[in-house]
Amino acid sequence: MTPDAPSPAAAVLVPREDGTLQVVVSGHWRVGQALPDPAPIVTALDGAAALRLAAERLDAWDSSLLVFLLRLYDAAVLRQRPVDCQPLPDGLARLIRLARVVPRAAQPPLASRPTWLAHIGHAALARWQSFPEWLSFIGELTLATLRFFIGRARYRQEEFFWLIEECGPRALPIVSLISFLVGTILAYMGATQLALFGAQIYIADLVGIGMVREIAALMTGIILAGRTGAAFAAQLGTMQVNEEIDALRTLGIPVIEFLVLPRVLALLLMAPLLTLYAAVVGVLAGALIAALVYDVGFNAYYFQTVAALSLPHFLVGLFKGTVYAGLVAFAGCLCGMRCGRSAQAVGEATTAAVVLGILLITISAALLTIAFQRLGI
Amino acid sequence: MAIAVRDLCMAFGPRVIQRDLTFDIRRGDIFVIMGGSGCGKSTLLRHLIGLQAPAQGRVLFGDTDFWQVDETTRQTIQRRCGVLFQSGALWSSLTLQENVALPLLEFARQEDDAANELAAMKLALVGLAGFENFYPSEISGGMKKRAGLARAMALDPEILFFDEPSAGLDPLSSARLDELILELRASLGATVVIVTHELASIFAIGNQAVFLDAETKTMIAIGDPQQLAIDGPAPVRAFLSRGKT
Repeated sequence: MTPDAPSPAAAVLVPREDGTLQVVVSGHWRVGQALPDPAPIVTALDGAAALRLAAERLDAWDSSLLVFLLRLYDAAVLRQRPVDCQPLPDGLARLIRLARVVPRAAQPPLASRPTWLAHIGHAALARWQSFPEWLSFIGELTLATLRFFIGRARYRQEEFFWLIEECGPRALPIVSLISFLVGTILAYMGATQLALFGAQIYIADLVGIGMVREIAALMTGIILAGRTGAAFAAQLGTMQVNEEIDALRTLGIPVIEFLVLPRVLALLLMAPLLTLYAAVVGVLAGALIAALVYDVGFNAYYFQTVAALSLPHFLVGLFKGTVYAGLVAFAGCLCGMRCGRSAQAVGEATTAAVVLGILLITISAALLTIAFQRLGI
Repeated sequence: MAIAVRDLCMAFGPRVIQRDLTFDIRRGDIFVIMGGSGCGKSTLLRHLIGLQAPAQGRVLFGDTDFWQVDETTRQTIQRRCGVLFQSGALWSSLTLQENVALPLLEFARQEDDAANELAAMKLALVGLAGFENFYPSEISGGMKKRAGLARAMALDPEILFFDEPSAGLDPLSSARLDELILELRASLGATVVIVTHELASIFAIGNQAVFLDAETKTMIAIGDPQQLAIDGPAPVRAFLSRGKT
């Protein structure tokens, strides 16, 4: 060994009289360094009867030498020339044997990589085929709910209460902040227009009806989708990865009742309360802006708000909030239950839960608004 | 590269796992860390591969005190070690070939083609030729272990660490993995450190072993496992004969 000046990697061709092509490797073989090109040797193999691999003054070597030798080995095997590895150092010869002892698995990857067009087709088909899954999920959930109401659903009460706390009280800070800011925006946007007519007092109507009827429910729904729906999908998805859900199944515990039902119910239970809370915070924000910026008295604002709001407004708002929460819980649990068995799958399930949740909220918001308008509520 | 452990004390906060561990892993050894469940075998491994800092004591790689040197030196040392985790710990979003090629692309400054060829070669060494484009979710547990071994060998490490290589494998696959470890050690000349309580493996491949005791919270024996089975302390003999002493 010459540690201070390692000789470069080299491969020398030595044709022998019996037609055997002898390749002698020498020097210092390291991954990432300049290495000899196997191509000329492979070409020379065509005229040779056999291949003999040997080493001389081989200082140090790693995988790079092995890759090089395997290329020659494979080329010789392809041309049906016998290969003699004996002259190589013992370790190298053994590694070559080890690398080629197991024949190449012939089967193609299970998931063959399709073209983009096929990819679109597969995606569309997968969507279509997942539809029955949706239906059966909804069906099972409905049955579980019925069993819950006749008191025969199997679930853990402690977990149910923990979920209630997780969905409700712990969401209060973020709901407060967002409702307050949205109330402020609503008040400002309305007031700049209303002030043109000197009708600032109607900020109360705008913010009150807007918050109570629509915005509180919508914002709560979106917060829950990002916060709770995603958490549901991640929890259930990770349980799927850890085979925890399979463990429940093997014990004969109905998974939908045990895991999904408490989540859906907890969210449904908390949603009207959160919606109401969001509306109150939004109205207060409006009052604050009206009083501080637009000189509307607190009292006047209060009476105007009370006059503007009626019970149907509240009921519509709470109804919408509950529907959105139900959709969020549905999306979160569905995506979690359908999760694959890898870290990546959990990420995909969580993303899908939020996207699906917000999509369902938006669609139902449009439908409900039109329906209530037509019904005159 | 030899490893020396000196007066190592491992603890989670106030809870001491093991104390006063002193032993040497010589170059070329197949060193077995054994002991009952919960005695701190895997924790010791985590200390050796630099995932957890010792509460006291030193871990030396050659002459370098692992926990006294700066981050860059530490990473250089870590790159000379390969680790096979218990369940393979393959990155699920990458194919087997990408899993093995990733360290090569990151650290060996390889071009894509060269890295892929190297990765394919490593997979062939562990008997997974033809499975390059499979994802970890598409292969069996034993194959995941072998793919994890291919990844552990990606950077031609001087030391290979194995955490429970036989866990979850049938006896045949487990024996084949042992053979593979022996073969690779013989050909590559790497040092091997194994955490296991698989007796067959301990006797088949280990030439040096340390026994961690859960009750006294320290090592109570070190030596050749064959020899320990005959003249080791009573708990070690019991362990090595499955309680039939």
